[in-house]
Amino acid sequence: MTTAYPTPTPAPEGHHAEGHESHNLTGFIIFLCSESVIFLAFFSGYALLKTSALDWLPPGVDGLEWQMPLINSIVLVSSSGTIYLAERAMAKGSLWGFRAFWLLTMALGAYFLYGQAVEWSSLKFGFTSGTFGGTFYLLTGFHGLHVATGVFLMTLMLIKSFIPGNYKGGEQGVQATSLFWHFVDVIWIILFLLIYVWQRS
Amino acid sequence: MTVANPLELEPGLQPQGWLRYLSFSLDHKVIGIQYLVCGFLFYLVGGALAGVIRTELASPMSDFVGRDTYNEVLTLHGTIMIFLWIVPVVNGAFGNYLIPFYVGARDMAFPRLNAVAFWLIPPAGLLLISSYFLAGAASQSGWTAYPPLSLTTPAAGQIVWILSVLLLGGSSIFGGINFIATVLKLRRPGLKLMQLPMFCWAMLGTSILVVLATPVLAGTLVMLSFDIIAHTGFFNPSLGGNVVVYQHLFWFYSHPAVYIMVLPAFGLVSEILPVHARKPLFGYTTMVYSIMAIVVLGLVVWAHHMFTSGTPPWMRLFFTIATSFIAVPTGIKFFNWLATLWGGKIALNSAVLFSCAFIFNFVFGGITGVALAQVPFDIHVHDTYFVVGHFHYIVYGGSVFVIFASLYHWYPKFTGRLLNEDLGRLHFVLTFIGFNLCFAPQHWLGLNGMPRRVAEYDPAFTTWNQVSSVGALLMAISTLPLLINVVVTAFRGPVAGDNPWNALTPEWLTSSPPPVENWIGEAPLVTEPYGYGEHPGGFDLDRISGRDLWSSGKS
Repeated sequence: MTTAYPTPTPAPEGHHAEGHESHNLTGFIIFLCSESVIFLAFFSGYALLKTSALDWLPPGVDGLEWQMPLINSIVLVSSSGTIYLAERAMAKGSLWGFRAFWLLTMALGAYFLYGQAVEWSSLKFGFTSGTFGGTFYLLTGFHGLHVATGVFLMTLMLIKSFIPGNYKGGEQGVQATSLFWHFVDVIWIILFLLIYVWQRS
Repeated sequence: MTVANPLELEPGLQPQGWLRYLSFSLDHKVIGIQYLVCGFLFYLVGGALAGVIRTELASPMSDFVGRDTYNEVLTLHGTIMIFLWIVPVVNGAFGNYLIPFYVGARDMAFPRLNAVAFWLIPPAGLLLISSYFLAGAASQSGWTAYPPLSLTTPAAGQIVWILSVLLLGGSSIFGGINFIATVLKLRRPGLKLMQLPMFCWAMLGTSILVVLATPVLAGTLVMLSFDIIAHTGFFNPSLGGNVVVYQHLFWFYSHPAVYIMVLPAFGLVSEILPVHARKPLFGYTTMVYSIMAIVVLGLVVWAHHMFTSGTPPWMRLFFTIATSFIAVPTGIKFFNWLATLWGGKIALNSAVLFSCAFIFNFVFGGITGVALAQVPFDIHVHDTYFVVGHFHYIVYGGSVFVIFASLYHWYPKFTGRLLNEDLGRLHFVLTFIGFNLCFAPQHWLGLNGMPRRVAEYDPAFTTWNQVSSVGALLMAISTLPLLINVVVTAFRGPVAGDNPWNALTPEWLTSSPPPVENWIGEAPLVTEPYGYGEHPGGFDLDRISGRDLWSSGKS
């Protein structure tokens, strides 16, 4: 069954309800800029600590295994594609198509978190194993927290899609969630390059 | 009507009368006053702490308070004055009150977020102050919280300090998001960016800095708290960490923080001077570009705080040059203010006196700032009272003087009543003499090597320290006429009328105090906010609506 996605009806007199909604997205984008600066702080902290350290890796650790994180990266990057497809399905008016791709994105996100957990449990160093251990868990953990937040937001949006007429006034929540997800994705790519690819000190 | 109407957001839920100032109000005007009063209460606390510091330093020995207590007091003083007084008041109070008027809106873009941002401040401030009593020992590592000092001083106080600063940083970011969205998105149709009053540009620049720099402080403090609680070693040299990384990250926020405190003050002065000099603001376009230049340069000068932290030569060179360059846009603004006053029909009331004193103090603080940017000189005076004198000329002589000027200028708008001029002038004279007496000698002390943040000093420095303490006493006394003036005027002051200064900026083109929806009917389109002497009678200044005096009992 496909439900036609109704075009948003202008609020009476073009009053604030309509204008206000679009500001939410603006505010969210400014918030994401702000959010990316926290990551910038952690990234530059990582790079500075790494380049200035005498003993970067804790004793007994040779480096990081990169195969599984690579699979994880592919999963996360492709989820950016599926969330785009979900948005496109919604724009075309196919609510079920939206739900299907949306659920697929959620599944990919959840798989990423699972992969992260498996990787963490297989590692021989902990949070307090020198600055390497500290920054590693700080960066992956902070990013993982964002992935979890993204999955949570997507769950909310999915539930919202089942309330009749909920996506009549605008899919701002969906847009914002999707933006957030792309953001989390881009952060991961930088993180992957910084932690897994740049291993030699 | 195309602007948000706060009345329609929560019909019937908003308390009326004075109770609204204690409520989770969504009205930007109420939130602005909340910021102002709350900030002023914290200013009194921070000022009392400053009194403790100056009393201690009146004699060379630590005989008034113990050394540990002295460290706690100076940490609390710095943190309160920056995060709970100047930042919330110049941004939160005046920004919230004025920006919606200036863009022709009925409220900020996100009224709820606005209220949340304010209500984070009182708990954060109380948390910070209570750490002095509850945790046994408050944070002792200064407002910079440099490791390893912050890792070795009592942990509980340091953690409470971090929590409090994180809350205040969050509040600041929420406010910044709101200001950017309001200035860019909520402008009345037909109002162009280059027609906005200068304070909008100042707030836009400030908010860009808030949004781009504050998160770095948050991230850094999270790492520092892990070092304290979980014993990670990010900034702990004994665990392989690097303290200089902390300094880089800390100053990446905390240098822009100076501009977060002083750029809104620039904007406020640019509003006050044209009104009372009856002349258009000189060099509007150059003012806008110099604000934006300060924003950009302000983000790339942080390491001038670290010339003694083993910074490599290329870094010293770069940061010296970048810092010196900031004097160019700042100088442009300085000369524009002078040119605005030049040949004007200046009314020498309290607002103008404080504004002119700001120009005087700020140019002095600016010159010592350029001196400090030079590596050889900086290495000589680093961590001495020269630096203390310099930044108090910027944050007190600059920002706080402007807060007082703004209070005298906008008090009639807030309450509908005019502050007493005689008390205002007394306040000004005491503040100006006290301030200069307090901080000017500190430059000399610093040049002669008196280190900052130490409770005891070489007896050779006694005389000038006592002069400085006398200045501090005058500043403390100067608060009394202000307090009396503000409280008495609120209830008994002469009614100001809607536009006592005959100003042309939009907040004056409505009743004083304004109605909840800012204007009855449509917002005026003000394309020339500084058209003094050019369009006499361009606006019907007598057009009043919905007058409700602050203390008349009905609202």
